[in-house]
Amino acid sequence: MAAQGRHGGKKSNKMTALVVDDNTVNRMIHHRLLDNLGIENVAVVNGKEAVDIHCSGKTFDLILMDMDMPVMNGIEATRQLREMGIRSMIAGVSTRSMEREIREFIEAGLDDYQEKPLTMSKLISIIHKING
Amino acid sequence: MNHMAIAALKTQRRNLVQSMFDEGVLDNQFNQLQDLQDSSNPNFVEEVIALFCNDAERIITELNRYLNDQNVDFSKLDSYVHQLKGSSSSIGAYRLKLACVNLRQASEERNKEECAGAFNSIRREYYVVRSKLQVLMQLERHIVNLENQQ
Repeated sequence: MAAQGRHGGKKSNKMTALVVDDNTVNRMIHHRLLDNLGIENVAVVNGKEAVDIHCSGKTFDLILMDMDMPVMNGIEATRQLREMGIRSMIAGVSTRSMEREIREFIEAGLDDYQEKPLTMSKLISIIHKING
Repeated sequence: MNHMAIAALKTQRRNLVQSMFDEGVLDNQFNQLQDLQDSSNPNFVEEVIALFCNDAERIITELNRYLNDQNVDFSKLDSYVHQLKGSSSSIGAYRLKLACVNLRQASEERNKEECAGAFNSIRREYYVVRSKLQVLMQLERHIVNLENQQ
């Protein structure tokens, strides 16, 4: 599931990812995890910024979407991105454990869901879904 | 001589980390963090810990403020604890994470007294994990310095 036309970015075959998380420690760790896999990545701090960055024309191969965030949460952001026609792989990551809450998140348009904290093996399993 | 000193320090480091795992101060997520450190990012663990501590102290200050209010704003409290729980979980600070879970529970029940007790546990667990991690980082730096002198 390759990104649809990169507008004015670097021309490369490197995978790209967007980290959407309001927690600074998580952003740092997710950034490192992706970097270690050679994935170019950018981080934003809430769902609204995730939507805005797409409105500006950027697209990504992978979006790591946190659920609980201020301003706009992951469920709403996922919904909006899908409504905008964004077909990127969106993997929800959250600490929520109630089935109902996870289901709502998945039904908003996720391709995958992983429980936090994110580990290298969880991230690799997400990426295999993109390529597989 | 350095060779022996390095070996001794490495043993100390290994024992410290093991004791932290044994006591539940750390869990396996900490190993994940260490695995992310490599020669291209040799200070990664130290940087994450510094970021975590900064964040945690800011949140603890806020929690203290909210808890001292006449009318506790439980939803504000909850959102701060949620942040701390998230960070604690991400670095593998297991007991601190559990203390956060307890505070969330007490906050949900709108029980101010229980919240105060749970908050004290958070503070205690935070200072335990911070001080042990500081010792660990000091050992790491010392080992690296000696190894670089070889």
